[in-house]
Amino acid sequence: MLILTCPCCGVTGEETEFHGGGEAHLKRFGPGSSDADFRDYLFSKVNPKGVHLERWRHNNGCGKWFHAARDTVTLEVFGTYPAQTFEPPQAVKDAITAKRPGWSWRDFS
Amino acid sequence: MFEAVSALQGASCNGIVQVREIGLQGMITLRGDLGSAAVKKAAMAATGQDMPSQRKANIEDDTGIAWMSPDELLILVPYATVDARLEALGKALEKQHHLAVDVSDARAVFELSGGPDVREVIAKLCPVDMSAGAFDSGYFRRTRMAQVPAAFWMPDGNSVRIVCFRSVAQYVFDLLKGAAAPGSAVGYLV
Repeated sequence: MLILTCPCCGVTGEETEFHGGGEAHLKRFGPGSSDADFRDYLFSKVNPKGVHLERWRHNNGCGKWFHAARDTVTLEVFGTYPAQTFEPPQAVKDAITAKRPGWSWRDFS
Repeated sequence: MFEAVSALQGASCNGIVQVREIGLQGMITLRGDLGSAAVKKAAMAATGQDMPSQRKANIEDDTGIAWMSPDELLILVPYATVDARLEALGKALEKQHHLAVDVSDARAVFELSGGPDVREVIAKLCPVDMSAGAFDSGYFRRTRMAQVPAAFWMPDGNSVRIVCFRSVAQYVFDLLKGAAAPGSAVGYLV
């Protein structure tokens, strides 16, 4: 079972209290961008086996969005952090490194 | 003028605990910067209760304040006083970015009472640790009750009050009735 802690209200709840929101840290390509960029923005999502950064929403609780770093195989959660960030905070990166040395996810490692 | 009625008009049933829809309860959603002195002052003035901290609630009977999210409070007041309190809130927060809405008729409120078994009834339906020490009087929790969102608090160790959307009131009543069916005590939490 996936157990997440919402960084907005502090509730530690199981998966059914939350709702997954797909890949984290997407850069939006909208009007004026090239077709290739727009296609990648819409459809080219990573689907790693292992460390993954995702968006989640506490939909049956405080209703806020946040980010989570977890392992897609073991469901281990390395940390959750605010939605208003462009990359994981150092503490979360360190927590991942401690458990999965040499990890990388898109441009982060 | 229409006469206001609650969703289930006070439906009740008995099992290992008593389940009852408490009828009309005034509820105001207040959104804004909870750190601002004006918002705190207005909420306290509307209820006579202290401002609760994160995931807590200060509620006495049908009046109080509950912490809903980092920018939202649920203000409970007697049903008949909602309009007056709402107007006072609007005046007090005139110069402040905020939202105050009467949601009394959009919700239903249930009460479980009759002993510590109320913890088990909730534990059967919600993914929440209901053991004494993990959830007590003064706490407020928004979560999922079977298939719908709900929020609850414990006025004391022998009762729980639950708020849900009015449209699912019958569903929630049936859930609680089933979870409180006679002879269904698990005896794990008590």
